[in-house]
Amino acid sequence: MDTDARKLLLEKMLYARRFEERCFEAYMEREIGGFLHLYVGQEACVFGVMAAARAGEDAVITGYRDHVHGLAVGMDSKLMMAELFGKESGCCHGRGGSMHLFDLQKQFYGGYAIVGAPFALAIGLAKAIQLQKRDQIAICILGDAACNQGTFHESLNMAALWQLPVLFVCENNLYGIGTRIDRSTAVTELIERAKGCGVTGAQADGQDIEAVFEASKVAVEHVRSGQGPYFLELKTYRFRGHSMSDSNVYRDKSEEEQWAGRDPIQILKNRMLESQEITEEEYKSLDKEILDTIENEVVAFARQAPSPDVEDLEKYVLCDTDGDSEQGVNTNG
Amino acid sequence: MSKITLVEAVNQALEYEMAHNNNVIILGEDVGKNGGVFRATLDLQSKFGEERVLDTPLAESMIVGTAVGMATQGLRPVAEIQFMGFIYPAFDQIINHASRLRNRTRGRLHCPLVIRAPYGGGIHAPEHHSESTEALFAHVPGLRVVIPSSPLRAYGLLLAAIRDNDPVLFLEPKRIYRMVKQEVPNKGEALPLDECFVLRSGTDITLVTWGAMVHETMKVAESLALQGVEAEVIDVATIKPLDIDTILQSVEKTGRCVIVQEAAKTCSVGAEIAAQIAEQGLLYLCAPIQRVSGFDTVMPLFKLEDYYMPSENRIYSAVKQTMEFA
Ligand SMILES: Cc1ncc(C[n+]2csc(CCOP(=O)(O)OP(=O)(O)O)c2C)c(N)n1
Ligand SMILES: [Mg+2]
Repeated sequence: MDTDARKLLLEKMLYARRFEERCFEAYMEREIGGFLHLYVGQEACVFGVMAAARAGEDAVITGYRDHVHGLAVGMDSKLMMAELFGKESGCCHGRGGSMHLFDLQKQFYGGYAIVGAPFALAIGLAKAIQLQKRDQIAICILGDAACNQGTFHESLNMAALWQLPVLFVCENNLYGIGTRIDRSTAVTELIERAKGCGVTGAQADGQDIEAVFEASKVAVEHVRSGQGPYFLELKTYRFRGHSMSDSNVYRDKSEEEQWAGRDPIQILKNRMLESQEITEEEYKSLDKEILDTIENEVVAFARQAPSPDVEDLEKYVLCDTDGDSEQGVNTNG
Repeated sequence: MSKITLVEAVNQALEYEMAHNNNVIILGEDVGKNGGVFRATLDLQSKFGEERVLDTPLAESMIVGTAVGMATQGLRPVAEIQFMGFIYPAFDQIINHASRLRNRTRGRLHCPLVIRAPYGGGIHAPEHHSESTEALFAHVPGLRVVIPSSPLRAYGLLLAAIRDNDPVLFLEPKRIYRMVKQEVPNKGEALPLDECFVLRSGTDITLVTWGAMVHETMKVAESLALQGVEAEVIDVATIKPLDIDTILQSVEKTGRCVIVQEAAKTCSVGAEIAAQIAEQGLLYLCAPIQRVSGFDTVMPLFKLEDYYMPSENRIYSAVKQTMEFA
């Protein structure tokens, strides 16, 4: 990877980290409501994958830990923050919240709170891409625990049977809330389960963004060239609790410390410091710039944005019956 | 005796019954080592072992199906679904299996299981974490649907649910999980299922409600009393089978009825109660029945949540209209 590419990824990961940390604060200040699942520690995964795919063009679908996925497909972080604040200017007009970011222009079909559901939705996206012969692939990014839901097996079977253009990315952070993978899963190398369904794939170090990028290039190339579905398992770790209400009592401190030493941002930064592609000063000023942008542009935008209108409460339940003529972009079908 | 919250009362009931009946098994996501995401099963795994408090994978259909299979073998499983909005993958197991085994085997098998799930709004969560879809389940023959509204009733009704020989969906109003504390004697005394609780007697109007809405409704009843209006407040508690007799007796006395529920309005439990009053007690009525209800839309996010949920104001104005009806 050349210096420019590395710099870009470092900047993106750092932006995501600061964005998530700012969300944490806004939640504590009660500006963000509902639930909040932070991606801190896992940044290399989605940025590595999307660097190999066509961000904003390939169809992406994921779970509820979705803020950084939104950033990685190129969403406007102002509209994301406004959504988290529950505001009308948000990407779902304050109706989806943290777990349901969405951006049609970026082909981001959203975060989903119901674990496992997106596997099946991704099959539908991929089947449509295949039938309509579109130059696009579907990318479904979910966690390890999601792979125990029935939809995992049902969907991977269909993907293999129909040879669908879908890339499954599993962010294996070893836990589903408080339950460690070996307490919930018989075959803990999830790649083996995918293979059992007839889906080929690979594993990669989810803390090293260049490793993720290299593995993703192979994966994306496989899917895009019509060779059928692919399963990419990324070994990673979330540095914070599952959500803001997580007591986080179920993990060994030693395990946490061990993974803290494998911070994806530090790994790339150190590599770039060593090869003198960046200086500590440059990194610091980048960080400061990011913090300023998030505070003065992103949070400020979300704060001043209007709240949803009560009058709209019962709109968009069914097409045409709510007095609203706006139609989905898919109605020309 | 110290006072405990509703969620602590759930924990106390589970602990009591596990200690007194070896056939009681708990299963669900994060219920063991983690003590449940709402702490309802706290410490139960360390007390009763991994054999009786089972951490399951994230797979609701499997959880409920497993509970059904166990129940046919003399065990009394209590399955936890983390939020009511996550129960739908298990819909098939609940509707096609748990609730029909007894009928299909003509009584040779029954299905003594409990499915516990936190439900309802008011905690600023998104849609699936806030909605009240009890009517979907109340529609199904062969299933009990029980909703406690206080620590005392959570304790007594959960014990009754576990001891009951039929499948019970036990919905816990999470907004009031920690809202009020009561003294709850830990003597293993169950409360009756299939019966409404008259929480306040009155002669002027009947207020019918359940779950967290009991609290708003009681507050309205108290402020009405200051104005000389005596409201009778009924906590339905067991949504299905419905104890319509208690409601009818009250309406016969008061002639007026307001139903308060969080759920969306159409085809709701409130609709069923209104229909049964109309069928059997129309001539008692001096005014049309009113429903104070959620709206026929997806439960909105926190900025509009207060508007969606029945407030004391909305209940009060429905009562006022009903009282003023000629
Ligand atoms: C159908 C369903 N069941 C349960 C939950 C509650 N829940 C939310 S996240 C989660 C764990 C998911 O873990 P994993 O898939 O590994 O993703 P991670 O949180 O680690 O990113 C659970 C049990 C849910 N949201 N949906
Ligand atoms: Mg996980």
